[in-house]
Amino acid sequence: MTSYQIPTARGYYGEFGGAFVPEMLYPNVEELRTRYLDILADPGFRAELQLLLRDYVGRPTPLFEARRLSARYGTRVFLKREDLCHTGAHKINNTVGQILLAQRLGKKRIIAETGAGQHGVATATVCALMGLPCVVYMGAVDIERQAPNVARMRLLGAEVRRAESGSQTLKDATNEAIRDWIANPVDTHYIIGSVVGPHPYPDLVARLQAVISEEMRAQLLEKTGSELPNYVVACVGGGSNAAGAFYHFLDEPTVRLVAVEAAGHGIHSGHSAATSVLGTPGIIHGSRTLLMQDEHGQITEPYSLSAGLDYPGIGPLHAHLGASGRAEFIGITDDEALAAVSELSRLEGIIPALETAHALAALGQLGTGPDDVVVVNLSGRGDKDLETYLKNLDKLI
Amino acid sequence: MDRIAQAFQSRKNLLNMYFTAGYPGLHDTLPLAKALVAAGADILEIGMPFSDPLADGPVIQRSSAAALANGMNLPVLFGQLERLRAEVPETPVLLMGYLNPVLQFGMENFLRKAAAVGVDGLILPDLPLDEYEEQYHALFRQYGLKAVFLITPQTSEDRIRRLDSLSEAFLYLVSGPGTTGGTTLPDADAQQAYFERIESMNLKTPRLIGFGIADKAGFDRACGHAQGAIIGSALIRALQDADGDASGTAVRFVRGIKVDSYK
Repeated sequence: MTSYQIPTARGYYGEFGGAFVPEMLYPNVEELRTRYLDILADPGFRAELQLLLRDYVGRPTPLFEARRLSARYGTRVFLKREDLCHTGAHKINNTVGQILLAQRLGKKRIIAETGAGQHGVATATVCALMGLPCVVYMGAVDIERQAPNVARMRLLGAEVRRAESGSQTLKDATNEAIRDWIANPVDTHYIIGSVVGPHPYPDLVARLQAVISEEMRAQLLEKTGSELPNYVVACVGGGSNAAGAFYHFLDEPTVRLVAVEAAGHGIHSGHSAATSVLGTPGIIHGSRTLLMQDEHGQITEPYSLSAGLDYPGIGPLHAHLGASGRAEFIGITDDEALAAVSELSRLEGIIPALETAHALAALGQLGTGPDDVVVVNLSGRGDKDLETYLKNLDKLI
Repeated sequence: MDRIAQAFQSRKNLLNMYFTAGYPGLHDTLPLAKALVAAGADILEIGMPFSDPLADGPVIQRSSAAALANGMNLPVLFGQLERLRAEVPETPVLLMGYLNPVLQFGMENFLRKAAAVGVDGLILPDLPLDEYEEQYHALFRQYGLKAVFLITPQTSEDRIRRLDSLSEAFLYLVSGPGTTGGTTLPDADAQQAYFERIESMNLKTPRLIGFGIADKAGFDRACGHAQGAIIGSALIRALQDADGDASGTAVRFVRGIKVDSYK
């Protein structure tokens, strides 16, 4: 059986992936490609990463059996508490690994893109920890709707630069970060925040997030007597938390993998980010994957109330999981996600991030029974979304 | 001999002018081509606008967005280019753009149409070299289209040799780090060393220098290190203020660069 985990030498998962970069980026990407596996396997790197994940990030994160939520859905629901990571989301698993990688590549400056701000905060955090200058590109629209995270990044010493082009959201922030890398090809490392971009980024980020499912297996064994659940559910924008939650189950065919996308006002409403349904194969940010585009190959603007899910593509791994049938995709609307925010807050005393709430809202659509074990990756906490929640109180209560 | 080789053989200090198809007006593409050639441009590079032009700076980003808003797309462009060789009989013409719109149009369909209207070469910066060699080189040849490759200060010598051996048109020397239309001058010593390093390699393929060249001084300097230069963003900036006279603006712009030819 071919593994779903490992892309080909050129970074392909099935027909998706690759490295479609202009010559200006080729040396940067090639340097990373030729060195990342050796660095990741180096015992010194691994020891330093393990120590930081434990003592700085706070890993392992708990696997919590959500009894009231389980009763509500008539199935056994576990929550993987990535929201308890330092900085409030899974994003820091990747940035801790990449900053150690950047140091070993001799890089002196860090750039990143951010949508909801979680990846920007996680990058600014590790840059402060390591004393490296940090520039985070963020869409002007996202700067408005995620003000607390903008303040956090600035407090951490990062420079937040506005991306003013296009829809002024995550896609455009990514464009600007890539242009910065073109202008600063020697001393700068680009810490990309999801399993997107040219090879080797999707594989690099998936490997760094895989700690999520590695821990899940050990914790499930302890709590249920089996390492394998019946379902793993995670939200997908670019797809880094889903890649991490799925990773060590990808080649376990009895485990059903559920990727939850933002359907905005409804998948076919014209205001949606459900790429697996609305997307067609094409090239975005250096990767061949499914993306939302018009008939002429112009990339279109996705919509979601959630700033972390309105990306017009998905990682090539997820495109392949969808095309091959290994994962199922579910679309959740803004309103369904908001209802899930309210439900988890009141049933379990946990206020989830709006992105994460999309995964929780899928619980009612899985057709699970009382004997099923379902793990939802609780990828982030809701602090950053309080303003959005306050504006939508009528839908929350 | 093809038009590109002919131009490099018969002319010196070639001026390759880039402009975005469908900008400033949807129907300005051919009139601009004609005006640029009439004023002295030696090669034309017509930009196919894309929503996410990663290698381009703000000026070409804006012209691309405006062209798309004007209704430009590949079927419209090829419709306009049906009269290309009636208006511009001799001058080499390249299409420059990003891979995704070309793939949606269909690569072979694209090559067939480009060849049919008299296009000579293509610049597709995000088409990986391996994919070009393995999947498309034979198709490019079948339709008689030449691929133009980029070289940057970071491109390794081995890779430059490989690009040189694959190249059938000219090599596009990116003048320094950054996207198109950069206004900050790159480190002059580093740039000089880079140009001299390339010159000393005795490449078989002629070279044009591009990125950040905006005026006659920049053009003349580039011509000291290569067979000519490519100018794009500076023309687009001029066209932003063209006030309805795109062709006249283009003529004045090119005459400002090639003023020596008029003496």
